[in-house]
Amino acid sequence: MSNETKQPMNRRLKLFIPVVFFITMAGFLFFGLTRDPNIVPSAMVDKPLPDFSLPSLYPEAGEFSRADVVGDILIVNIWGSWCLPCHIEHPFLLEMSEKDPSLTFIGISYDDSMPEDRLFLEERGNPFDYNFVDLGGSLRIDLGVTGAPETFLVDPDGMILYRHIGAIDSTIWKNTFEPLLAQIR
Amino acid sequence: MMLLSRFTAIVLLLLSFQALGAIQEYAFDSEQDEDRFKKLTYEMRCPKCLNSNLAGSDAPIAADLRREIYDQITEGRSNEEIIEFMSSRYGDFILYRPRLTIATFFLWFTPAFLLLAGFFIVRRMMVASQHSGQNDGALSSEEQDKLHRLLDNQAD
Repeated sequence: MSNETKQPMNRRLKLFIPVVFFITMAGFLFFGLTRDPNIVPSAMVDKPLPDFSLPSLYPEAGEFSRADVVGDILIVNIWGSWCLPCHIEHPFLLEMSEKDPSLTFIGISYDDSMPEDRLFLEERGNPFDYNFVDLGGSLRIDLGVTGAPETFLVDPDGMILYRHIGAIDSTIWKNTFEPLLAQIR
Repeated sequence: MMLLSRFTAIVLLLLSFQALGAIQEYAFDSEQDEDRFKKLTYEMRCPKCLNSNLAGSDAPIAADLRREIYDQITEGRSNEEIIEFMSSRYGDFILYRPRLTIATFFLWFTPAFLLLAGFFIVRRMMVASQHSGQNDGALSSEEQDKLHRLLDNQAD
């Protein structure tokens, strides 16, 4: 008797397997839809800032290496005067570098537009404590950069804590950079 | 008609130049190296544009990475070394052919598992229908009686 009642019960439960399977797949789909496909997770976060030796944007200033800059909190910004979102974030970088002198701003520009980049900084102001030219693009590749602008937050030990793709504004700064800065301090 | 054939000729000419440009971006010492370059740039994803590979992308970073792959091939690095170099900087994201890790285990084996599961389910259903289908759908005498009773009721 008990066997007879058990059998159809099991069979009924089996009918739910496709439903459960469908709900699981739909769950993955909805999770996927909430993610921004343009935000590629960086493989460089929690790794040390790569070694480099790069010339300054101003040839008279000579060359700089990783050892010259590590020790402070670094905001490393990849930019180019030809990059439109870089124009958009530039006033904010200027504002932040004036507001918080404890941060060291490093500008790394592409090697294809040096005169234009110098002119850009001259006309609109220079937020950077250091200006390097990524000759040959080696640092770009070592940092896993996807394009300009991109901004890296590096702690005093030289570890990369965060990478932001695209222009920074006050909201992004407040939501992502400030909590990390508070952690370091 | 003449105009159309001229137009087609111009389009074909332009297309052929484009193909030539894509092939001759870099010069290789051996055909083998050229094939490796094609394979690697084909199997790696452009980090900027998401849905195209390094070979087919116009993004500046794709050009940087193509040059990097070219340099490393001419320096004599192996495919594995180049793939390791790229994925250590750009993550598994850059690999169109995902590596087998704990995280990608389900990605690799779920399709095969589903196919096998489907096969067994279909087989079981076929076996079950063979067993139950032995009376060829003919009604038993009990069922015949019931049917007649129902039909009689309806006729009233």
